[in-house]
Amino acid sequence: MDINYKNDLLGYTLLLADSSLIMGHRLSEWTGHGPMLEQDIAISNIALDLVGQARNFYQYATQISSSTSEKEITEDDLAYLRDANEFKNLLITELPNGDWAKTIGKVLFFSTWQFYLYQKLIYAPDKQIAAIAEKSLKEVTYHVKWSSEWVIRLGDGTQESKMRIEKAISELWPYTGEMFVPAAFESSLQNTFSIDFTSIKEDWNSKIKRVLEEATIEFPSEKIWMHQGGKVGKHTEHLGFILAEMQFMQRAYPGLEW
Amino acid sequence: MNPASEHITDNVSKGESEKKIWRILSSVNDPEIPVLSVLDLGIVREIKIDDQLVEVVITPTYSGCPAMDFIGMNIRKTLLQNGFEKIKITHRLSPAWTTDRMTKEAKEKLKSYGIAPPAFKTFDISYLQSIPVQCPHCHSMNTSLISEFGSTACKAIYQCDDCREPFDYFKCH
Repeated sequence: MDINYKNDLLGYTLLLADSSLIMGHRLSEWTGHGPMLEQDIAISNIALDLVGQARNFYQYATQISSSTSEKEITEDDLAYLRDANEFKNLLITELPNGDWAKTIGKVLFFSTWQFYLYQKLIYAPDKQIAAIAEKSLKEVTYHVKWSSEWVIRLGDGTQESKMRIEKAISELWPYTGEMFVPAAFESSLQNTFSIDFTSIKEDWNSKIKRVLEEATIEFPSEKIWMHQGGKVGKHTEHLGFILAEMQFMQRAYPGLEW
Repeated sequence: MNPASEHITDNVSKGESEKKIWRILSSVNDPEIPVLSVLDLGIVREIKIDDQLVEVVITPTYSGCPAMDFIGMNIRKTLLQNGFEKIKITHRLSPAWTTDRMTKEAKEKLKSYGIAPPAFKTFDISYLQSIPVQCPHCHSMNTSLISEFGSTACKAIYQCDDCREPFDYFKCH
């Protein structure tokens, strides 16, 4: 494998893995705290799907890196022993859950990104990336449906629920631009794959537009300033706190297994 | 206690062993839905025999399904109990598992166990619209979705509007 291609592929695999893991870990914070039993179960199931998808990507990342690295790297090393500046997850995934409306908004924006991206990645020349995308797509489809319904329910609901979801959407919006701005490794991988990852922006926009319209929420301006940096390891202060909790066991008891 | 170890020597016994392994695997059940075997669910993709090594290729149902490691362990344990010594469990993702891989008998078993089987073949985005699901208890089609996510990753929660019983529905996937 060409060394440049390998680095791009590893970077991109980690972007997908880290985004799923951090999103899944955040959502798992709702387990036992959901607003009602069925929704507690729903959000825990979504978290489980995401952590499962992350594992598939991490396992693949260990294969990619093992061809040059002298020391064998495991999926646990990648998830539990890297520090914040090595994580490539989208910033939106690490933001605190906030109230139910904010969590729902996060799930809608993130899973719609995954939904259109995986439909492209199914055709990736890299067979394992394509296989994981194919496997994950059906799961993600359910996440999109579930979160769309919730955004509509809250937006077109009571005065209180509408106020909360509108606030959530406007707070989250500046974190959505990053999805469609490729990092350097992403740009060169797009060329090798002949897939334009950023072209999903139009599909993403029109899906979100449709949902917000039905929810009677105004579609935010696309021209505002957008945060970025997650893909190259520049994170908000929130990531460190997630890692402190998530990585504690593995750091305190190296090599620990369940 | 230990049965004689299985010695796989030539092509004839290789074929025999493979048949025997398929038979053995029909007794390994899903830990979450114990009424179904791993073969009913279509989780076992392939059995490869190379010298004394038996490789069982399995496919995960859902990416995060916690039962997969358990299922792999049960397959290994059952084969060991039947005299096979060198066993390798491999996970294969592609082509992705679908509920189409469930046998007709499996769907019948699910229904009599109280879980509504997948209503259609092959996952399709259009199935995410509301679809008619039959109550496994009173067979009424007058049912409604309570939650898209149920007690395990593969199920949704429904309620029958006639007999009022809530029930699990095995989602199209």
